[in-house]
Amino acid sequence: MNMEAPLIPAESDAPRRHGLGAYMACFRGIVWREVLRFLYQRERFFSALVRPLVWLFIFAAGFRQVLGVSIIPPYTTYVLYETFITPGLIGMILLFNAMQSSLSMVYDRETGAMRTLLVAPFPRSFLLLSKLIGGVAVACLQAYTFLAIAYFWDIQPPWMGYLTVFPALVLSGLMLGALALLMSSLIRQLENFAGVMNFVIFPMFFASSALYPLWRIREGSPLLYEIARFNPFTHAVELIRFALYGQVGARIDPTMNPVEPGISLDGVLIPLQSGELLDLTHVTVVILCTVLFLAAAVFAYNPSKGLIARRGGPGGGANAV
Amino acid sequence: MTTLAPQQEAAAAPDADTAGTDALVVTGVSHSFGEKQVLNDVSLAVPRGAFTVLLGLNGAGKSTLFALITRLYDNVSGEIRILGHDVRRKPTAALQRLGVVFQSRTLDSDLTLHQNLIYHAALHGIRKAEARKRAAEALEVVGLADRANEKVRNLSGGQARRVEIARSLLHRPGLLLLDEATVGLDIGSRESVISIVRDLVSREHLGVLWATHLIDEIKPSDRVVVLHKGRVLYTGSVPGLLEKAGQATVSDAFRSMTGTSANQEAA
Repeated sequence: MNMEAPLIPAESDAPRRHGLGAYMACFRGIVWREVLRFLYQRERFFSALVRPLVWLFIFAAGFRQVLGVSIIPPYTTYVLYETFITPGLIGMILLFNAMQSSLSMVYDRETGAMRTLLVAPFPRSFLLLSKLIGGVAVACLQAYTFLAIAYFWDIQPPWMGYLTVFPALVLSGLMLGALALLMSSLIRQLENFAGVMNFVIFPMFFASSALYPLWRIREGSPLLYEIARFNPFTHAVELIRFALYGQVGARIDPTMNPVEPGISLDGVLIPLQSGELLDLTHVTVVILCTVLFLAAAVFAYNPSKGLIARRGGPGGGANAV
Repeated sequence: MTTLAPQQEAAAAPDADTAGTDALVVTGVSHSFGEKQVLNDVSLAVPRGAFTVLLGLNGAGKSTLFALITRLYDNVSGEIRILGHDVRRKPTAALQRLGVVFQSRTLDSDLTLHQNLIYHAALHGIRKAEARKRAAEALEVVGLADRANEKVRNLSGGQARRVEIARSLLHRPGLLLLDEATVGLDIGSRESVISIVRDLVSREHLGVLWATHLIDEIKPSDRVVVLHKGRVLYTGSVPGLLEKAGQATVSDAFRSMTGTSANQEAA
């Protein structure tokens, strides 16, 4: 080998403007890595699937006699408890996935993979958003696999529902992912993730409409009902529930008492030609929360103002001293 | 994105501002976390085509300095320039010219060498066909071309480090940072990693900043920066260091300057 001649062509020191193509290449690369990593880690794929399936096969089967579910929108007939909790379990998949990718970010931070991402010559918000979308892509793969298995367990929403649920999955996934991203900037160590589990995932999941309709909660505990009503996860689950049946929100007949009290905050109502009111509260809350969490996460990762700068994380600086 | 200057055009025209400048110039950088001052008025330079050793114990402030150079967070005082580009003001231009090998392992062990490299090329906005070409080229440089389709899991520690070096070269940087790159490697792997990096300095004319606490990695021809408790105690050639400290060996010089022995605090 000729030791004198350079093997690598030299590049100019002048700054190169990134065109749209470079941004696309970067975005594709980040999403592709998330999906590839997920597919290669088969244990992760199965454990991610087993969790909601256990709830569906065992928990729901045991509870269906205990918990009566009346006809509430979007359902038009009495539904089995399994059918009722399916959107909640999809929400669970999204929630765990988001928190797991937040975990991987804390872990990545320790191994340096997060550093590798953040040192890329693109705006940090773009890199974080790409990473987030990669996580959502993985979550959607899981959700659809779950729905496919649930189909054979007689949970059969209309065919169109599989299509209309997609935007709801993406939106809810983004919201939870942004929340997790924000949290990943706050957690210093991996061990704290057990705390996240106890203090974030479980309360968010149980104090929501994932497992029981809110009017049921109100009968048991008015306080819990109020908490659940303002829980963003409730709105993500309801958004998925309605989208799975091809609807964006409940139709409310204004001449009657609300069909079912207390699912939404009764905030955003659109009058339809039929005279009914369309309740867009869930989709609105989810969108607003996504924007809010995302802005906070981008701020937290901001190199000069954010939490990272103040605390010296990740993986270097103050904790290394 | 108002002015989309084509890549070739930019490459053809030598940039007057940056030609002939040092690969890295750090001027008067101080940094503290809360009350604790981690870096105190740090200044150093890494010329192109020079192997510069950043010598310091664990806790000397090397990690913080690296975090600032890689713009994990911004320097609040002083200035950091990579090939002439200010890291805080022109982060994109600066980071485009920077290659980094972090202390911790950063490869995806479930992915192949090739996949890891393609991912990293994407992070620099390099498209697939070009990325393939460069990945092959970079693996050639570190002597792992025949293992491109193996999973990283199957590699030894030294080989993984070489892949990380290959990865840091994909976007053809002018400055290469390596943070304790030989930690945890056996002697043979250490030597091969060091010789690869030294080759890059002489052949590709890269500026290298090699952070270490191991004095035996220093050669007489290297440039040395001694960092201790957040301050730069010495910057210059090895003979100059010996002369300044009035000692015969680098480790004696380091001990007399800092009052400690470098190797005793191995990671």
